[in-house]
Amino acid sequence: MPELRNYTLNFGPQHPAAHGVLRLVVELDGEVIQRADPHIGLLHRATEKLAETKPYNQSIGYMDRLDYVSMMCNEHSYVMAIEKLLGIEVPVRAQYIRAMFDEITRILNHLLWLGAHALDIGAMAVFLYCFREREDLMDCYEAVSGARMHATYYRPGGVYRDLPNKMAQYQTSKWHNKKQVAKRNENRQGSLLDFIEDFTQRFPKFIDEYETLLTDNRIWKQRTVGIGVVSPERAKALGFTGPMLRGSGVEWDLRKKQPYAVYDRIDFDIPVGVNGDCYDRYLVRIEEMRQSNHIIKQCIDWLRANPGPVILSDHKITPPTRTEMKDDMESLIHHFKLFTEGYVLPEGEAYAAVEHPKGEFGIYLISDGANKPFRVKIRAAGFPHLAALDEMCRGHMIADLVAILSSQDIVFGEIDR
Amino acid sequence: MLKRIQFYLKSFFLWELLQGLCLTGRYLFKRKITVQFPEEKTPSSARFRGLHALRRYPNGEERCIACKLCEAVCPALAITIESEPREDGSRRTTRYDIDLFKCIYCGFCEESCPVDSIVETGEMHYHFENRGENIMTKQKLLAIGDEFEKQIAEARSEDALFR
Repeated sequence: MPELRNYTLNFGPQHPAAHGVLRLVVELDGEVIQRADPHIGLLHRATEKLAETKPYNQSIGYMDRLDYVSMMCNEHSYVMAIEKLLGIEVPVRAQYIRAMFDEITRILNHLLWLGAHALDIGAMAVFLYCFREREDLMDCYEAVSGARMHATYYRPGGVYRDLPNKMAQYQTSKWHNKKQVAKRNENRQGSLLDFIEDFTQRFPKFIDEYETLLTDNRIWKQRTVGIGVVSPERAKALGFTGPMLRGSGVEWDLRKKQPYAVYDRIDFDIPVGVNGDCYDRYLVRIEEMRQSNHIIKQCIDWLRANPGPVILSDHKITPPTRTEMKDDMESLIHHFKLFTEGYVLPEGEAYAAVEHPKGEFGIYLISDGANKPFRVKIRAAGFPHLAALDEMCRGHMIADLVAILSSQDIVFGEIDR
Repeated sequence: MLKRIQFYLKSFFLWELLQGLCLTGRYLFKRKITVQFPEEKTPSSARFRGLHALRRYPNGEERCIACKLCEAVCPALAITIESEPREDGSRRTTRYDIDLFKCIYCGFCEESCPVDSIVETGEMHYHFENRGENIMTKQKLLAIGDEFEKQIAEARSEDALFR
């Protein structure tokens, strides 16, 4: 009798379903996975080490590039750690803006996840619809910060600029005449808040559309129900956070359990799954989008009613406005000091975590009293999830591997850092 | 009982699949939202951070005074400045290079500039064809500034309230 051996398969790092640069070494018995060994590090950019070499503010832009589909949430955690060490209180308006953009980011992230997840499993149209909505949210990002993705918008002490009161407009061209362009620009007539409000009114219908395409679909159910089941006990033991943990039925959300920004003043619910399979994680994320939409609406109402400063005016930490800087000698000195040396954090350490779309994203900051961090440790939300991939897909078919992997919502920017 | 019959009927007639098809079918006949690039462009905000430029004063004098704040604040170390007093005794740069491959378009250079000299314009459509073209020299940056001065000034004045 011939010798029977497992077949070893290399999955990635260039595989389109590998979500970036994941390399998996999969041991197969026929079509059944015996062992899946993720190899990481192909997108390692030494963000932690890089942050040690520059003043605090200069690393904000690099935080965007960690999890490059939920940019502002990463920034939020980083500026929160700095604020904790400095012991400063952020203006309430800035906190509402942060909460609103955190939720916009969550929708952005979940839309990309939904599109990619559906595409991995074989549903093409959802991907296109998701990207249509992402485009509107990207416009919000651009209107407020000037960049569609890597915003560099949050600053220790607040946010860089207040929300604009004008939206960019479509122009006429040989493809679209004045009337058509006017229709396109309909929701861009007012301020950014009007634009976002218009989006929140349209968005629930779009979620219903995704659900029409997927939730009851028998192919979708066959591919996701009962796949990659994690029990609540195991989920906790494996260090899951975010939708992965909630999908397994554990009610845990940092926004509720240790509220930051203004989440304690906002009304929202935490969706929780039952079975802990891919399908439940899908349902949890869909419901999270609805909740985010609800949170954004509340933020808009508050922001409309309460104008005010969006950043501290302590010029040891935040730069003076440009008019101040040009009129006043002292402000100019502050300006120069801030942009050359930055500011000094008192000696000590701080850990600040946010409920990132993927789970708990934390920054652990140690300061030795210099203008640069002594050490920055990034707690990536996706890392423990990927580490549990082996356990989740053992005994499943190879086609399920892709479903499990994409249901984890893996992004390599943050895992490899 | 009725529910079970309903369930069997629905799954037998592929009800949820037909609903999905109905949805995609509707979109087939809806007005398209496609933007016909490059004849058309998506709207871009006044705050957009694109290609860099060095600006001049209305009298033609370059604004940059070689204070090197942008060089100091650049997180990616993309800016290199050398300076010398000019014949008339004013402090000017002799070299102002931005490496666009290193640049991360964070906008800190513009934020830091005390004389509004270095700016990030709304220009986003550019490319390089040869090695070394990624280094934007002072001449190139000034030329971009001259070309887009109107847009730059408009965008800055629109946003002046917020900065």
